[in-house]
Amino acid sequence: MSPILRRTGLALLGPVLAIVVALVISAGVIALIGENPLTALEVMLDLGDTPSQQTQSIVVILNRAVPLFLAGLAVSIAFRMGLFNIGVEGQYRLAAILAAAVGGAVALPGPLHVLVIVAVAVVVGAVWAGIVGVLKVTRGVSEVISSIMLNFIALGLASYLLTGPLRGSEEGASIVTTTPIPESGWFPGLNGLLTGLGLAEPRSQLYGFLLVAVVVGIAVAVLLKRTRFGFDLRASGLSPSAASASGVDARRMVLKTMLLSGAVAGLIGMPDLLGSTHVYGTQFTGGLGFLGIAVALLGRNSPVGIALAALLFAFLDRAALPLQFADIPSSVVTIIQGTIVLAVVIANEVARRLTLRSAERAGARPVAPGGGSAGATGRGNPPPSDDGPPDTTGDRTGVRQEVQR
Amino acid sequence: MTKAAALLLAGSLALAACASDEEGGDTATGNGGASGDLKIGLAYDEAGRGDKSFNDSAYAGAEAAIDEFGGEVQEVSPNEDGSNRAELLSNLAEQGYNPVIAVGFAYDEVLGEVAPQFPDTVFAQVDGSNADGAKGDNVTGLVFAEEEGSFLAGVAAALKSETGQVGFVGGVESPLIEKFQAGFEAGARAAKPDIVINSQYISPAGDFSGFSDPAKGQIVAQSMFDAGADIVYHAAGGSGTGVFQAAAASGGRAIGVDSDQYQTVEDPALQAVIMTSMLKRVDNAVQAFISDYVDGNVEGATDVLNDLSTEGVGLSDSGGFITDIKGDLDQYRQQIVDGEIEVPTSL
Repeated sequence: MSPILRRTGLALLGPVLAIVVALVISAGVIALIGENPLTALEVMLDLGDTPSQQTQSIVVILNRAVPLFLAGLAVSIAFRMGLFNIGVEGQYRLAAILAAAVGGAVALPGPLHVLVIVAVAVVVGAVWAGIVGVLKVTRGVSEVISSIMLNFIALGLASYLLTGPLRGSEEGASIVTTTPIPESGWFPGLNGLLTGLGLAEPRSQLYGFLLVAVVVGIAVAVLLKRTRFGFDLRASGLSPSAASASGVDARRMVLKTMLLSGAVAGLIGMPDLLGSTHVYGTQFTGGLGFLGIAVALLGRNSPVGIALAALLFAFLDRAALPLQFADIPSSVVTIIQGTIVLAVVIANEVARRLTLRSAERAGARPVAPGGGSAGATGRGNPPPSDDGPPDTTGDRTGVRQEVQR
Repeated sequence: MTKAAALLLAGSLALAACASDEEGGDTATGNGGASGDLKIGLAYDEAGRGDKSFNDSAYAGAEAAIDEFGGEVQEVSPNEDGSNRAELLSNLAEQGYNPVIAVGFAYDEVLGEVAPQFPDTVFAQVDGSNADGAKGDNVTGLVFAEEEGSFLAGVAAALKSETGQVGFVGGVESPLIEKFQAGFEAGARAAKPDIVINSQYISPAGDFSGFSDPAKGQIVAQSMFDAGADIVYHAAGGSGTGVFQAAAASGGRAIGVDSDQYQTVEDPALQAVIMTSMLKRVDNAVQAFISDYVDGNVEGATDVLNDLSTEGVGLSDSGGFITDIKGDLDQYRQQIVDGEIEVPTSL
């Protein structure tokens, strides 16, 4: 087994274990209420009878996955640095309403209009998250506390703006919304692409914002993996003291990370806003910021993992409806999602310990004179626990391969 | 916990319903065509079945219609953030359910998108108006004069209050719930001009947690009782239990909403504090609509108004707490029906 394969195998172990555990528990619950778990699985996997229904199901899944992916990404950027940004919820809601209001108030030619709306969302999200960063570096306020508190303020503020100055719907209408964004501010759908691929025309439009999400995902991956900034960020996350000893300005990093996390969070509401609703209203999808935490956990903070996690959550969400038609309570989906999150936390810990142990075992083999004693100290003083899956050096993995053979 | 239990319960009920439906389905396969079995699609509001209120009432209406005409009902609930409402309606229509009834004003926007895509399906929306036909020619609005029923609740509260102070707890700040508040305040002032009314909402517009947060409902109501109110009216869906708890803890009384909560609350300690309930007969409205559909009398692009005159709204008298003021209530009721009293619908 190549070292890379082995490492990805270990990285996948946690999430896969979690999903298996969640499925077993959910199957148990389904059996308890007197239904066949296999029937339930069959229903969940069945995308529809006609080609058009099947494409529609795929569109529904993708359209749901896009905001979930962005939410997971926003949370993960802060996670990487060891910051827990629980404020994504407030950041995207506030960003969405202000972006919707600006979009509804201005009239600009096509792409520029969309660009302005997205820019407003990004700036608002970044500023709102930036408050958390400023509070942390200047006053030492825990980002967990301040971001939770700012959620309440953001939701209250959004609600005040919606019912007050930014109200665009008629007085007395049941659903309160902002002024609709004119058509020049809509993001074109991708159904042409689907039919071009030979798929049947679905009922709804596939969000064009999917492409933006992919680009943002790649950009974040490159930024974190291939740039100085990304290195500093990850280093600060792994060991703040080591990072600052090697010259990373921790305070600046906190601020920058929160700004970046908030900027991505600002995008979460955009797929819905630009692709289907064209207004921010009392029915605007909420809770995505919190789901993002679960998605980021499941995706182990890597953009590819988050994309897969978002797709899984979106798939489960869609399954809620066919399950109801099969007379199986749709809360099965909530149970699966809940147990996945719970299991992923436990499984990540188990996987981490396994990796740690296998790395230690590899390190304990005498490599060079003195290697044995190094291994012994390694065992005597376990490495700092926040090290995560250690990046074993090339020669160490080489040794491990030999051991396996 | 309670939500999960309720969902499980609802699920098992649905299963039980399904078991009996199958038999009906078998006999009907031969019929087919126009005289075929009634297939009712019922799309619930957020809380779903088991809310002991709004959604359950809609189900009771569909159930009663099935008892009368035969057939089956398919129930669906939206996911937690309500983002799949359009999918619920389209899937029901696509699978041949007709009529399709959307429960709750939250379907306002999606119904306008979905209904025109399925011109052969007859839609109805509880709590949503389609008098102007904006949602399509195949949509009927089933609306209620909540302000009229709430007016009577206000009268009852004012007449029964010993401290001269009453309260109103709204679930979510929204035009619909403001109708309840406006009617209640007008009724209380009509009966006792110097009454002190304390009105509060559990959650602001856009945050729908206020309909399913008994703990917060209790805190809000408790503050009213502590400030001297002795009767509190709630229009807060599932949060109402908290209002009842606050009333029980303070020796006060509460007024329930939507269904006769004296009958549905189950806990005897809470039952004792429920003076009356403002009934909103969603069940009657749904049953009447289905019956109209069977008779071919659905016009579409209209509203069916359920008010005091049609007994679509009213007060319950379970427990006998308001029998002594029945005369007064009937007088006000008659004045509203006759148009002598115009009840405001907004603040």
